[in-house]
Amino acid sequence: MEMNQYMSMFIDESNDHLQALNENMLRLEQTPEDIGIVQVIFRSAHTLKGMSATMGFEDLASLTHEMENVLDLVRNEKLSMNGHIFDTLFKCLDALEAMVQDVINGGTGKGDVDDLVQRLKAIVKGDVGGDASISSDADQDLPASLILDQYQMSILGQSIEAGHLAYYIEVKVRDDCLLKAARAYMVFDVLERNGEVVKSYPSVQEIEQEQFDRSFSVYYITQTPGETLQDQLSRVSEIESVTMNAVDKASLEEMEKARGASDQKAAVKETAAAAAPAIPNAPAAPAAPAADKPAARTAPAAASSGGAAPRTIRVDIERLDSLMNLFSEMLIDRVRLEQLASEIRRNDLSETVEHMARVSADLQNIVLKLRMVPVESVFNRFPRMVRDLAKSLDKKVDLVIVGAETELDRTVIDEIGDPLVHLIRNSVDHGVESIADRVGAGKSETGTVVLRAFHSGNHVFIEIEDDGKGINRPKVLETAIKRGVVTPEDAKKLSDDEINMLLFAPGFSTADVVSDISGRGVGLDVVKSKITSLGGNVTVQSEPGSGTKFSIQLPLTLSIIAAMLIKLGSEKYAFPLSSIVETGALKRTDIRTLHGNRMVDYRQSIIPVISLAELVESPDYRDDEETETEMLVIRKGDKLAAILVDEFIGQSEIVLKPLGKYLSGHRSVVSGATILGDGQVALIVDPNTIIK
Amino acid sequence: MAEEMKVIVFTLAHEEYGIEVDKVRTIERMVPITRVPKTPAFVKGVINLRGVVIPVIDLRGRFGLVESEYTENSRIIIVAANDLEVGFIVDSANDVIDVMSDAIENPPEVVGGIKAKYISGVAKISESRLLILLHLAEVLNRSEIIQLEQFGD
Repeated sequence: MEMNQYMSMFIDESNDHLQALNENMLRLEQTPEDIGIVQVIFRSAHTLKGMSATMGFEDLASLTHEMENVLDLVRNEKLSMNGHIFDTLFKCLDALEAMVQDVINGGTGKGDVDDLVQRLKAIVKGDVGGDASISSDADQDLPASLILDQYQMSILGQSIEAGHLAYYIEVKVRDDCLLKAARAYMVFDVLERNGEVVKSYPSVQEIEQEQFDRSFSVYYITQTPGETLQDQLSRVSEIESVTMNAVDKASLEEMEKARGASDQKAAVKETAAAAAPAIPNAPAAPAAPAADKPAARTAPAAASSGGAAPRTIRVDIERLDSLMNLFSEMLIDRVRLEQLASEIRRNDLSETVEHMARVSADLQNIVLKLRMVPVESVFNRFPRMVRDLAKSLDKKVDLVIVGAETELDRTVIDEIGDPLVHLIRNSVDHGVESIADRVGAGKSETGTVVLRAFHSGNHVFIEIEDDGKGINRPKVLETAIKRGVVTPEDAKKLSDDEINMLLFAPGFSTADVVSDISGRGVGLDVVKSKITSLGGNVTVQSEPGSGTKFSIQLPLTLSIIAAMLIKLGSEKYAFPLSSIVETGALKRTDIRTLHGNRMVDYRQSIIPVISLAELVESPDYRDDEETETEMLVIRKGDKLAAILVDEFIGQSEIVLKPLGKYLSGHRSVVSGATILGDGQVALIVDPNTIIK
Repeated sequence: MAEEMKVIVFTLAHEEYGIEVDKVRTIERMVPITRVPKTPAFVKGVINLRGVVIPVIDLRGRFGLVESEYTENSRIIIVAANDLEVGFIVDSANDVIDVMSDAIENPPEVVGGIKAKYISGVAKISESRLLILLHLAEVLNRSEIIQLEQFGD
């Protein structure tokens, strides 16, 4: 079968399921008693197993299969979760992730899972790391997964009493068997002609879907003697072995004892009446392959998507890109049409253009939203990471996520993960102190790392704030001098913030002992260069003793923004409207000079005055020739500044275009460009670079 | 075996230069250029090429030749290489010719005042006609721009 076309679907869905598994495992760790969560985890694992088996990723399938066995016990309350099981399951998730990653990278998805499989099997067998709560197995070496419920138990009991023969049969299919399900069906066929299957493991549906390894087992009631049956079963081709164990009253009783006695008595009485009519009905349950199949197929799918799953489709990001490009071309034409309509002054033309403008504004909203993804999709892997980190460092750390719903362009989302991982690791490793140190400093034992995302102006900010010991600035300086990052003379002149920024210098690490978590010294400068390449910026604030805050500023790339267009001599510039506080006029005489800086009174405060003409080195406009100039008040955070311009053109929706790679990395006041209605390129001024 | 190579021919200060045809996207007449502040002098700014903003550099300036007024014949050659798209302003561009690979010789140290590192070879078209083939990767090398910018700071 041609699998390639399903590969991307497999990868996407596997990632979704792995993410769901991780999240739910973390939730379960908080509330280990909640069987509802176990059900959800079980369904995810089950779906993942089915998908991997279908795609032929054996190792993935076998590992999920074993996980499922453990979870099955948990969800049937035969096993209660403990630290050992959690750790093992988390390790399994890591292994699964590694294998899926291998598949994504074009590998075969193979991984060494034997060790984990053994550990899971041990858990199923009852070795749960000390505090065992699993029921001990019955006589024979029955797999715990094949535990009978009271109802099936009573059927067996009554059949034996009535003189029927009961068997526990284990069938092994040959290794090279191609149609396992078909062979299994033939086995069931033989069995059903001779008696009744009480219980099978895996379930009949799973066997039909080939969701079993090489063997399956059944509890079986018959009147045919064992040898005859064995003979008939062995004749089915490609069957390696058939093991039959007779189940007698004694072994049944032992099994019953194993399953807690309290509810047992009542149940036996209850089911005794039901048992008789139930036996004739039993054959309906197993193998009716054709009819059952669709139902069985849809069940896991429906279950995995959950009740209130959003209805979504997956779209290739390139299609969205081309949609965006086409739309931005149309937007340029729209602006052009609006200009023409205002020149031609014909009512019906103006009305049509106006209507088109309204429709395209709606369309624009939709197109833009298509590309936006909540940062949640990056953030949701961090709780797990922080948990593991804190555990391995023997610290207590709470991760608080704020603003996970903040939306960011997909391309930025894809790139921002690694830098964030690094910064969070850094905060947990270097920021938050050990428990003893925290108590000594009069803080709570548990450190807090806040991961915060929010929109501000034309940017999205992501902050990572810890309440740890803060940056040890003298030590940073000492190291920086030792490593030759700064000279001792320069070091004396550095401000606190500048010292903090030394952390981002290439080849810098302050950790005394280099741990495997962070502190390889290659980290933070890589973070900085990555964020810079995304058109963003990273800063750090730190208060000794009370914590450190890393702040990442990211652009909302590839989007359409509302902007104020202004003229400066022969040139046109655009300012993002989001950063403009006010527009107004300013008399030359109102500008005062303080310490060599030009300032102006603005609403009871004094703000700096900046000449755009000087900033962009305008070839044909100088504002000191004017007695009164137009002024834009812009804002970055809580800082304001007045920008002197020549003339306002007006507000417009503009399409952000990159300046071209050749000029990227170019440090300037210009953040991008846009194409105006007349086809000319206007540059977009980045207010964030103006206000330092 | 000599291979044939198609080359776009353009002129710069009375010399003939060539760029392989598969590196050239289009050749445009002069259009209004928007100046980008704080860039090296040879970066003339950006143009709108059918909805895409593309940086334009003056090839004379890039090679340290004297820049001249643009004329009717001036052209912008849009090249794509190293993942970059850049427009080159040249004096004129009007020919596509075939060059045999065995007619290409290694560049001498200095050709027409241009440093050898920008040149991948010199093709002899006829007895009296030489064509200087550009080494695009070097011409588009941004490290020099970055140095220039830092110098400007």
